[in-house]
Amino acid sequence: MNNSMIIGQYVPAESVIHKMDPRSKIAIIFFFVLIVFFANSVMSYGLLTVFGVTAAASSKVPLRFIMKGLTPVWFLIIFTFLLHLIVTKEGDVLYNLLGWKIYEEGVVQGAAISLRFFLLILVTSLLTLTTTPIEITDAIEELLGPLKKIRFPVHELALMMSISLRFIPTLMQETEKISKAQASRGVDFRTGSFKDRLKAIVPLLVPLFVSAFKRAEELAMAMEARGYRGGEGRTKLRELKVGKVDFMIYALFLLVVIGLFLTRS
Amino acid sequence: MDITFDQVSYVYQPGSPFEHRALQDISFSIQSGSFVAIIGHTGSGKSTLLQHLNGLMQPTSGRVSVGPYDMEAGKKNKRLRELREKVGVVFQYPEHQLFEETVSKDIAFGPENFGVEEQEIQTRITEAVRATGLSEELLERSPFDLSGGQMRRVAISGVLAMNPEVLVLDEPTAGLDPSGQREIMDMFHNLHKEKQLTTVLVTHSMEDALKYADHIIILNNGEMYREGTPLEIFKQKEALEAVQLDVPEVIEFLAKVEEKMNIRLPYEGQSVAELAKDLARMVKGGRDLE
Repeated sequence: MNNSMIIGQYVPAESVIHKMDPRSKIAIIFFFVLIVFFANSVMSYGLLTVFGVTAAASSKVPLRFIMKGLTPVWFLIIFTFLLHLIVTKEGDVLYNLLGWKIYEEGVVQGAAISLRFFLLILVTSLLTLTTTPIEITDAIEELLGPLKKIRFPVHELALMMSISLRFIPTLMQETEKISKAQASRGVDFRTGSFKDRLKAIVPLLVPLFVSAFKRAEELAMAMEARGYRGGEGRTKLRELKVGKVDFMIYALFLLVVIGLFLTRS
Repeated sequence: MDITFDQVSYVYQPGSPFEHRALQDISFSIQSGSFVAIIGHTGSGKSTLLQHLNGLMQPTSGRVSVGPYDMEAGKKNKRLRELREKVGVVFQYPEHQLFEETVSKDIAFGPENFGVEEQEIQTRITEAVRATGLSEELLERSPFDLSGGQMRRVAISGVLAMNPEVLVLDEPTAGLDPSGQREIMDMFHNLHKEKQLTTVLVTHSMEDALKYADHIIILNNGEMYREGTPLEIFKQKEALEAVQLDVPEVIEFLAKVEEKMNIRLPYEGQSVAELAKDLARMVKGGRDLE
């Protein structure tokens, strides 16, 4: 309940990664996700791992936050590894465990695929750890900009995203406030049978919906009162800027890509 | 019920980048039956302190005791439910907690949760509604059809219907019109005397603190800043201004009069208008002039 101040997973810090333009981050992560699938040798995997780990280290995000992002996928990583171990039947038999033959190729394949997973999750979670949700929304709006030509409502989509993001903490606070008020009137949200707990949610949900609708109405009115008429000709308060840091990282990333294709077998 | 805070500290999200110390070594005690006002600038920790009174928050260190109920850092209190029945909390904008189909059902919600008998609940509803000045015709209406002021009264009735021994009020009059504010505060004051409640009022209004409280606690940045009777507190103009608090008009007026005209005019809860009359009488009669 005390997490209400953490929006998404963003961890504020002063680092190169934090300073990058969010568009650059999204673009690089996009290409990284693509090239991860091209790696096929020890050297190429090593190169990508060095890149991913260096990026994580230079973000200055404490290790436990990064690990927290990885917790839900550990299971998947281990499962893939085991699956390869059992299913792949190529190469020499490394070990014979009570009739289960473990093949060399299985270990190699399992390790490679698990490493791939790990890198994908690591790099993508770096995006949400080092970029505020608002920055991400702005970047998405910019990157989807070309779609405006085919009448895709890019601005509206971005606005919807930023409004919902903006109101997540507000709604969480509201939830906390109302649940405290109802707890003071004797509601017990934590104990009791499943049915009792389900019933305890009603006094929480009704006021929450009432206030959410009221808020939406007030927001619409306030926007109209201030002359909001959609994205046409609208300028931005926070201009996104591609700076020196970004170009340096582009160059670095390009080197990694070149290196990857040189070390592929 | 007596309330005691013993070296209470509270930290929000300890160990994260958002760690925030909201209360720091707070110690005080409130005698059963007293009316205490807690004042302080926004963010001084008033609301955090208040939530310790019915166990919504547990101190990070230190001990809070309310009557026979103890809350100690790191220990679970198994009698929270009893405590919450005894301590009624009126939160800021309490009308946001309304949810039932009818006013009477909403008022009955608290007592029902605490297992009060149906017949008893009906009497309590009538009593609570009378206390808050709501018309009984509204009982079968939906609370969402009422005006803001009426909704506030319904919500307050819902807390009163629990028959608490301690009443905790977090700016109960915020956002009401002046006459509504006075009615509600007078109502709380009457209840306080009638039922011998222990009342804790968090307020931004120095006037209310002066008028109703018999003890004032000032918080600043989560620490205890001053404590004393209203007259003691409001004498310290500089100390108050240092933490962005004002002295009530009446007190300021009195101080100026005493200074300029060199007379003694004891404060006994008069309004500015009443004081002016007293003053006129004194000046005309020539009494007490030195």
